[in-house]
Amino acid sequence: MTLYLFYFLSFLAVLSALMVVFSKNPVHSVLYLIITFFCIFGHYLLMNAQFVAFVHIIVYAGAIMVLFLYVLMLLNLNSESEPHKNNTLKFVAVISGCLLMVVLVAALRGTDDMMLQDNGSQVGYVKNLGKVMLTDFLLPFEITSILLLAAMVGAVMIGKKSSNTTTPR
Amino acid sequence: MSDFLIYKILLVVGVFTVTLVVAMYATYGERKVAAFLQDRIGPNRAGPFGIFQPLADGLKFFMKEEIIPSVSNKFLFILGPSIAMITALMAGVLIPWGNTLIINGAQYSLQITDINIGILYVFGVVSIGVYGIMIGGWASNNKYSLLGAIRASAQMISYELAMGISIIALIMMTGTLSLGEIVNQQAGGDWNFWNVVYQPLGFLIFIVCAFAECNRAPFDLPECETELVGGYHTEYSSMKLGFYMFAEYINMFISSAVLSTLYFGGYNFPFMNDLGLSHNVITILGTVFLFAKIFFFIFFFMWVRWTLPRFRYDQLMNLGWRVLLPLSIVNLLGTALVLLWIDK
Amino acid sequence: MESLSNRSKVVSNKEMTFLERIYLPAVLSGIAITIKHLFRRKATVSYPEVKREFSKIWRGHHVLKRDDKGAERCTACGLCAVACPAEAITMTAAERKKGEENLYREEKYASVYEINMLRCIFCGLCEEACPKEAIFLTDRLVYTDFARDGFIYGKDKLVEKVDERIDVTVRQTPAVLEFKKHKQLSHNK
Repeated sequence: MTLYLFYFLSFLAVLSALMVVFSKNPVHSVLYLIITFFCIFGHYLLMNAQFVAFVHIIVYAGAIMVLFLYVLMLLNLNSESEPHKNNTLKFVAVISGCLLMVVLVAALRGTDDMMLQDNGSQVGYVKNLGKVMLTDFLLPFEITSILLLAAMVGAVMIGKKSSNTTTPR
Repeated sequence: MSDFLIYKILLVVGVFTVTLVVAMYATYGERKVAAFLQDRIGPNRAGPFGIFQPLADGLKFFMKEEIIPSVSNKFLFILGPSIAMITALMAGVLIPWGNTLIINGAQYSLQITDINIGILYVFGVVSIGVYGIMIGGWASNNKYSLLGAIRASAQMISYELAMGISIIALIMMTGTLSLGEIVNQQAGGDWNFWNVVYQPLGFLIFIVCAFAECNRAPFDLPECETELVGGYHTEYSSMKLGFYMFAEYINMFISSAVLSTLYFGGYNFPFMNDLGLSHNVITILGTVFLFAKIFFFIFFFMWVRWTLPRFRYDQLMNLGWRVLLPLSIVNLLGTALVLLWIDK
Repeated sequence: MESLSNRSKVVSNKEMTFLERIYLPAVLSGIAITIKHLFRRKATVSYPEVKREFSKIWRGHHVLKRDDKGAERCTACGLCAVACPAEAITMTAAERKKGEENLYREEKYASVYEINMLRCIFCGLCEEACPKEAIFLTDRLVYTDFARDGFIYGKDKLVEKVDERIDVTVRQTPAVLEFKKHKQLSHNK
């Protein structure tokens, strides 16, 4: 049962991920991406990682994708107004995409022995997750927060600069 | 096992029905409250005191011509109200509607399911709810709808933050994410008050954010009539419009339920253990009390709607980002400090 | 400019105080006001069951009066049409034939008399202008309709029936009759 569910979700995730790339309309792309996120949410649930699953939904599907959709709706992109990209740009895009693929495959090759054996474990529960995060993985956790802070400050800086030039006071 | 299944199905159907009926009568209640606050009588033609008005409205919604604009994206146009309705109904699963009933020695909980991250589930469902509005607004292919959708999304994201942080302060206090446990912690006893006593600021932030999340006045900018015709549902007609309206009222019902669960003790009521009544009677009384609290909050939602004028959009954003968010962070830090101090 | 009534307020754009800026006191006083209205007496009149009383001199649907013997008083002089500020009244005059003396009081009468109720503003100037005490406004309402044609009222709707006389004595007080004697004051305004 779980196995079939896994295959179904994986199939749907890959299909909708492909549709993200291939659909012409950017808003449709975002909607397919949301479906992908829901499939990943299902995967997390299958792994009994409820906390991660719901945080994933709240943060990615509930906030980040809403922002994406927001921006795309404001831009009102469609196939006619899309700027023509030259060949060098496409070439660079393909190369960087392939490089990312290589990195991902290389990173995921060594994960065989990290596979979780016990499916009924409570590793994904909030309490255990919190303990692990704030003891064993404290450094990466804090570094991530600093990264996010830096990104936020950067965003504020960019926002401030543009408002200064448009409305001088 | 089959007993368990039948009972769960009964409970699900019961909660579903109650949610729909409450939402239906919330539309009637809204009109009545609006009328009474404005020295009018309100609907009073369909049946005694107009109590069949929701049925008449529903019938009207079904009979109306269904118009799908030819320039719209048909699939997404239909998907929008469906998502709004489904997500609105989904949140009711986790609300503890009452304590346990003991029938023939077996305990039957009046909560459909109590997963250990209950609040996150409610939160996630609410955050998905905005897609109904966004997709519907975009698919209509209408400027007003689009603007309404955009406003809705920006508003939701802004207020979810403050709401989430105000809940985190509460969670730090209770030490659990499960709604059932949070309610049980507020059960009557000596010096065991409802959470609102410990978290007044958090409650204030939460209720303001709840207004914004439900798109209720004074934060009903996504559908503000004076600027955007009908906002995101400008192009909608018939029962699809009805679904949007219904989703709004269900959201109101659910947020009232969450409010009473988190901050007002859920199905607990004062002196519940000193009355000397049997367990089942107290459970039923508790459910009645829970609904009384919920109805009060629904009334409060309406009361505020018919009192306050609508915020301007920049005021809304100011309030969300520059007032509520810092306040909720201060509340969070304060709670953390107090908890540390108590621990020592 | 100096205020004569001393009731005008000077609008100031002063900085809001802290209490005003947090909105809450204002919000609370607002909801306190609205909750008071919840218990107020309701102003609604449930129309078909309860009818609001009309003023004695309500100006509604016109009537063209007949005299005591049942003859129409109107002589199609056109003063009402002239007095009408909304240009709602039109009429066609005709000569009374022999044998019609019981129908029309004088030799000239209005064969067509139409009031466009969509134009009429129910000001009552026609009534004031009439030298023959023929046209009056009554406390009847002009009913709604779906088409514009229905609002042009002809003689069939305006002239009172012989067997259903309409009482307009409240509008014919001695003061009004006295006023109407000095016609030069009224209808040539």
